[in-house]
Amino acid sequence: MARKTPEIPGSSLADIAFMLLIFFLVTTTMDVDSGLERKLPQWQEDQVEDDSQIKERNVFVVLVNRDNNLLVEGDVIRIEDLRERAKEFMANPYNEDNLPEKVLEEVPFFGPVEITKGVISLRNDNDTKYGTYLAVTNELVGAINELREELSKSKFGKSYDKLETEEQKAIRTVIPSKISEAEPKGKNI
Amino acid sequence: MSKFRKDDGKGLPPISTASLPDIVFMLLFFFMVSTTMREVTLNVNIKLPEATELSKLEKKSLVSYIYVGEPKKQFQTTFGVAPRIQLNDQWANVGDIQDYVIAEREARDEAEQKFMITSLKIDENTKMGIVTDIKQELRKSAALHINYSSRRKVER
Repeated sequence: MARKTPEIPGSSLADIAFMLLIFFLVTTTMDVDSGLERKLPQWQEDQVEDDSQIKERNVFVVLVNRDNNLLVEGDVIRIEDLRERAKEFMANPYNEDNLPEKVLEEVPFFGPVEITKGVISLRNDNDTKYGTYLAVTNELVGAINELREELSKSKFGKSYDKLETEEQKAIRTVIPSKISEAEPKGKNI
Repeated sequence: MSKFRKDDGKGLPPISTASLPDIVFMLLFFFMVSTTMREVTLNVNIKLPEATELSKLEKKSLVSYIYVGEPKKQFQTTFGVAPRIQLNDQWANVGDIQDYVIAEREARDEAEQKFMITSLKIDENTKMGIVTDIKQELRKSAALHINYSSRRKVER
């Protein structure tokens, strides 16, 4: 009998597989895309400016100019201070005259409760940087989220994220998120 | 050294490593399947802005992306440095967005269509003019649920 051809060693198979495994381990990115979630308003064909219905004290005007400066209710402020201002406006803890009115409403879990009529109005220039715009929106959304979190802690004793759907809905009713973005100017004029 | 002598009949036989490749292959296949390779080649430079109030995009299949940013170096001779829109692999204008949204919607199940999210990946130095135009187009095509893609802000 002629000499047998030697068998291919199978012991290195594991090494090859390990190498491939390590390659995929390194290249895999398990990152989840995250971002600031917003809902756009419905598109309306004839854009009616319906500001007359809302009283001046109920509107929190935020203007961002082309140099990325912030004008809030007539004051020039920094982005870092915006969250406090927005919280104060939406909560109006001492029922002051220059802050928004409240209406009494029946809400499940809460009973009759005063709900603010405040609306945040955000207007920016065409030359505003997107980064600034997002930072401002982030602060405004953050202010409302913080108020909801505080209410949730004091009412249910746990974080807003951990509440039942019905309870979250009640909190959303008590602290509404009314951020209106102005229609772009200079289109129909 | 009789303690280490093999085949004395008392010690345990060595653990067989013959199944090792199988185990490793199993892991390998798991990672090969779960890896998502980037399907879109970005033609624009995007540095996402920072934010704190983030929510996650959970169902990848329901998300359609719109990229806006400065064209990459190799395109700058053709397109200049002004921010441009990229949809899938192509350059686009603001007017193309409605068609894109409709095409994306057609590609999904009817039951899933109302849960669709548009993720806006926009460079932080872009001017708001183009962003506002995109938002108006999205409103016209009734894609109202959007997500401004951003990075988590590091607390200092």
